[in-house]
Amino acid sequence: MEWIFKPWPWYIGGPLIAFVMFLLLFFGKNFGMSSNLRTLCTICGAGKSTRFFDFDWKTQQWNLLVAFGAIIGGWIGVNWLSDSIAVQLHPDTINQLHQFNIKSAGEAYMPEELFSLQALSNPKVLITLSLGGFLVGFGARYAGGCTSGHAISGLSNLQLVSLYAVIGFFIGGLAMNHFLLPYFF
Amino acid sequence: MRQLYFLFIGILFGIIMFKSEAASWFRIYEMFQFKSFHMYGIIGSALFFGVIIIQVIKRLKLKSAFGETIQIPNKEKSVSRYILGGTLFGLGWGLAGACPGPMFTLIGAGFIPILVVIFFALIGTWVYGLFMNKLPH
Repeated sequence: MEWIFKPWPWYIGGPLIAFVMFLLLFFGKNFGMSSNLRTLCTICGAGKSTRFFDFDWKTQQWNLLVAFGAIIGGWIGVNWLSDSIAVQLHPDTINQLHQFNIKSAGEAYMPEELFSLQALSNPKVLITLSLGGFLVGFGARYAGGCTSGHAISGLSNLQLVSLYAVIGFFIGGLAMNHFLLPYFF
Repeated sequence: MRQLYFLFIGILFGIIMFKSEAASWFRIYEMFQFKSFHMYGIIGSALFFGVIIIQVIKRLKLKSAFGETIQIPNKEKSVSRYILGGTLFGLGWGLAGACPGPMFTLIGAGFIPILVVIFFALIGTWVYGLFMNKLPH
């Protein structure tokens, strides 16, 4: 049982994600997390501004519960199931991030330079987090799904359009990572 | 009572996202740098089993826990919305390092600034809803 408290290797994580997708199908639903963002907009009253949000959010209650469960799962993961949460990175990655002044690379789960409370007082960090969030929310709805809806559910169902979406994810991700990210640090 | 199943599936999902490090900004960064097989292994092995699971469900016409035949909807046909929307999503994924599932996990794991990311993801979703009719789909 020791392994549980260590970071889980890909060959544990990946099949378990497929198992989560199976459980949702077995209970008559589909795996897609970004739909929750739309539902939350509806709950906040966005249905008054445009018809896209004008639907009965209670039909999506099950998915909000999945999201709420994911919050609890994160808490359990960090508090009960981990003895160390530092992510072991490739030495090249650590070197590169050090050049961007991300000194926590190799010693933390998330970069402290972006995801600690102190970091929030830095306007550059606020721009990074808000622009990143905006693009994820806008892009996920535009593409009709995110990593779970397209890269896992859609590709598992051999949907060609999900492959287009995933190609898009990588065009955007690689452009950000290799060309744009340095300007944010 | 039925709703409790979904809460438990979510808890399991959150634990998996956290423990497999798929929720870590560093892992997403490293994936786009091609310095680690980890994320490709996660997505690849999830897909390997995912394809088998869906083929079995479809061929055997399996029923859900509530007795209905399991329906797996096909996605709407288009190219532009998937490439354009996908690219915008990818730019955000590469910057914030979190996609919509792990965002929730990270709240529970105590990384409070993720709330800024989520708040703006909601704004992004809302702005899409406002302008969707003007965008190429």
